[in-house]
Formats: sequence, structure tokens, C-alpha cells
Amino acid sequence: MAQHPAKPPRVGDTPAIRWTLIAFVVFFGSLLVLAPLLVIFTQAFALGIGHFAETIALPDTRHAIFLTVLTALIAVPLNTIFGIAAAWAITKFEFWGRRFLLIVIEIPFSISPVVAGVAYLFVYGLQGLFGPALQSAEIQILFALPGIVLASMFVTAPFVARELIPLMQAQGRDLEEAATSLGASGWRTFLTVTLPNIRWALLYGVVLCNARVMGEFGAVSVVSGKIRGQTNTLPLHIELLYHDYNTVGAFAAASILAVLALVTIVAKLALERRGAGRAGRPALASPTVAIQEKTS
Amino acid sequence: MRRRILPGLPLSLGITLFYVALIVALPLGALIFKAASLGPEEYWRIISSSRAIASYRVTALSALAATAFGLVFGLALAWVLVRYEFPGKRLIDALVDLPFALPTAVAGIALTSLFAQNGWLGSILASVGIQVVYTPLGIMVAMFFTSLPFVVRTVQPVLEDLDPALEEAAQSLGGSDGTIFLRVILPLLTPALLAGLSLSFARSLGEFGAVIFIAGNRPSSTEITALLAFIRLEEFNYSAAAAIASVLLFTAFVMLAVTNYLQARALRYMARA
Repeated sequence: MAQHPAKPPRVGDTPAIRWTLIAFVVFFGSLLVLAPLLVIFTQAFALGIGHFAETIALPDTRHAIFLTVLTALIAVPLNTIFGIAAAWAITKFEFWGRRFLLIVIEIPFSISPVVAGVAYLFVYGLQGLFGPALQSAEIQILFALPGIVLASMFVTAPFVARELIPLMQAQGRDLEEAATSLGASGWRTFLTVTLPNIRWALLYGVVLCNARVMGEFGAVSVVSGKIRGQTNTLPLHIELLYHDYNTVGAFAAASILAVLALVTIVAKLALERRGAGRAGRPALASPTVAIQEKTS
Repeated sequence: MRRRILPGLPLSLGITLFYVALIVALPLGALIFKAASLGPEEYWRIISSSRAIASYRVTALSALAATAFGLVFGLALAWVLVRYEFPGKRLIDALVDLPFALPTAVAGIALTSLFAQNGWLGSILASVGIQVVYTPLGIMVAMFFTSLPFVVRTVQPVLEDLDPALEEAAQSLGGSDGTIFLRVILPLLTPALLAGLSLSFARSLGEFGAVIFIAGNRPSSTEITALLAFIRLEEFNYSAAAAIASVLLFTAFVMLAVTNYLQARALRYMARA
């Protein structure tokens, strides 16, 4: 490397700047991100592991865990079907209003969860559009499982679609068109040609969607009615325990969701190595932008 | 235009439209309908009440402050992750996603416990006379936490793709590091930075779960707008809840338009560079 005048270091790469910036980032990162995570587990086990196990085993907590898992088991598959259908329609065809549809799909991402919950009240609540009809038919949607599932589906509606759309847009239609022109049916084309190409991105979207469904608080807290042992999901149960001054109980329940968050991050990293998520698409690409760039 | 040969448009578009109509459009339409049925005078009276205005102020100012700190910290974090090698870097990179993965209620109680008068950080800050919990500062901390990944994750890829030749050219012309950063690097990062900031600000305006635990929720001082809508519901004052929620909804639409515009601009800019 006989470079004549020695190359100067890259901008900002003097030891003084480097270590100042690293120290700044590590300091605030530890205080504001790592410390909250440690607090959860410290508090959860503050009275020992026996007490932790007892708290988790209480019927109300067990029911909250059950309800959260049940909600995810219904909402996540439905959202996945929607995400695949939306991505297929939007990336494989041209039709009028395609961009508008994309924007509508993205809307829940930018709306406060409380607004989502309030909006559902005006559809299915007694003051809402269908409330009186539902009441006379004795169908319970709000303050019951259907309301919780619907609100969770609202807040996570874009999650799978926004992972698939930029990827499927970039992959184009040639492979699928080749398969169908050789006589494969639509389903066979999807299962044997499209799905293998999008599986990691799909799983990535599903993982993020699941984490959000299980952790959703604002929207669900409006529509669930928070009936202890009946319509309290795990995040709502955490709030209830916390306001009952049962700090250890609240953090024990919170630690379950914190473990879920850590598992989600690990899964996310593993999937990013396989090209899913931000690794698989240009920087910044929200699906709306990706389509705009392709078509304009 | 080529003839469509792929099957599945009616089925996939049918599912999509049905889902979007039922899950997204119907509730938002019902909310707008309810708010519109109030009549302009009543609507204005509710959304311009002094308590509502105080809630807009504390929400917007806290979101602004959180976003401003997010700008400094997020830019530094992205820079450190892209430019330097040091032990623990990958752990920090992974932890950046924690605020997205951690449920907001969990973040809320964890931050409250951390910053409480007897908490790890709260007790230290109390000794120098700073109180975080139940003050606007607490709201800011919660908003900063939940929106942290936006700036980092939009700036990071742009910084990674930055052409070193640009800096080298500036260096060979005798520019100091500070000048090169301000005049060469920062302008290249600006579109991505703006996109990240608008996402982060929008998220902060709507944040609920993390904020309500740490805020103290005193009317007209630490009560955010989302909580005010929630309180009106619990008081069975549905008109007021609809009106206040519609303000948040309208703000979200504006932020969505701004964000989309900034992202499209940033992407065009990157394609040119």
C-alpha cells in the first residue's frame, strides 16, 4: 500500500471523536433502553422465583395469557391471508386506485391506537352504527373476544402486506407468468413459485404482526371493557396489577411479554440474515413509496 | 399494455377490499360520521375547550422535544453503528429494535419504575432536583423511547451507502472534519433524516400505552390528547370522545401525507446520488 501522502482517516475517525460518540451512545442507550429492560426482570424476581411462579399461576393472569394467545391465534392468520392477498393483487396487476388502496392499507400504522379503539366503539357500540341491531340479536362484539380481535386486526393490518409488497414488486411477474403459461394453476403457481421466494419476508411480517397483536394496549383497552378474568389481555392485566399496587405481579406478567419481545428481536435478526426486512429492500421503502417509484 | 395472464385478481382483490372495508374503512368512517353529526358549533366547542387545548400543547411540545433529542441521539447512534467497530456493537444494533418489539404498556411501567423517586435513575435525578415521573419530562422520555428506532433505521442504510469518494474529495480540498460533516455528509443525510423525524414525530403524537403510566395524567398539565379521548369515553361522553379522536385522526392523516412525501423525496434523492 504505497500511497504517497498518507491517506487521512475518514471523517470523524480520530480517536477523540470516535470514543466521545461511542461513549455518548452507550451512555444514553444503557440508561434509556437497556435499563428499562433490566428493571422488568429485576422487579419480576424481586421477591424470589417462587413468588414469580405463584404470580404467573394466578387464575386471572393465566386467563390473560390464554386470551392474548387466543387473540393472536385468530388475528395473525387472518392478517396473513389479507397481507398475501393484498400483495398479490397490488404487485401482480395494474388496476385503477392501486396507489390509493396502498395508502389505505398503511393508514392504521400512523393512527393512534386509542383512536382505533374509539372508532370501533362507533361501529359496534350501543351508540354506534350496528350497536342497536347487534343488541337485539344478542350478539356481543364489544367487551368480548370479537372486539379484541377486530381492534388487534386494525392496528396490525399493514404488517404482513408492507413486508411483502416491496419484495414482490421488485421480483416482478415473469416467473409466475412463465409458470401459468406452462399450464400451472394459480394456486400451484403461488405455492411452488411465489411462496418459496417470499417465505422469509412473509415470516418476518408474521413475527412482527404477532408481537404487536400480543402487546397491543391502546386499542384493546378501549374495546375490551377490561373485565378481570374475562376480557383482560396480558397488557391490560399488567395495567390492572400495576394500579392495584401489585408491582411484582405487574412486572412478572410484563416479563413474559419482554421475553416475547426478545424472541421477536432474535427471530427478526435471523430472518434479516436471510434477506427479509430492511436487508431485502431499498432503504426507506414503505410500500407506497416502492410502488410510486416503480410506476411513475 | 400487456394482456394479464396471471390468475387470482378477483379473489385477491376481493379479499383485500373486503378486509380493508371492514377492518379499516368502516370504523374510521363511523368515527368521522359521529364527529360530523355533532354540528360545527358543538364540535368547535369541544375541540377548543381549554382542557383539550392544553392536551394538544403538552402532546405536541413533548413530541417535538422527544423528536429533537431523537434527532441528536439517533444520528449519533446510526453514525457509530455504521462507522466504528467496537465490542458490543452488534448488541446495541439489536437493542435499537427493542422499543418496537416491547409492548408499550411494558415500556410504560418499566420507564416509570426506573424514573420513580425511588427508582435507579429517578433517585439520582431527584438528588439534583429533577423530577421525571408525572411531569412533561416523563412524557418526553416515554415518547423518545417508543420512537427511537425510526431515525436510526432510516438514516443507517443511507449512511452505509454513502460514497467515500465524496468525503475524500472534500478532504483533498482541505476541508476540516467539521466542515465536511456539515457541508457534505449532513446534506446527503437530510432527506432520510427528515423522513425519520416525521415518522418519529407522528408516532409520538399518537403514543398512549407508554405515556399514560409515566405522565401522571393531571388535566391541563400532563394529560395527552389520546388520554383525554379515552377519559371522555369512560365518562360516557361519546360526542366529546368522537370529536377529540377526530382531531387525532386528522393529525395522523396530515402526518401520513407529510411522511409519504418526505420518504418519496428521500428515495428519489438516493436514486440520483
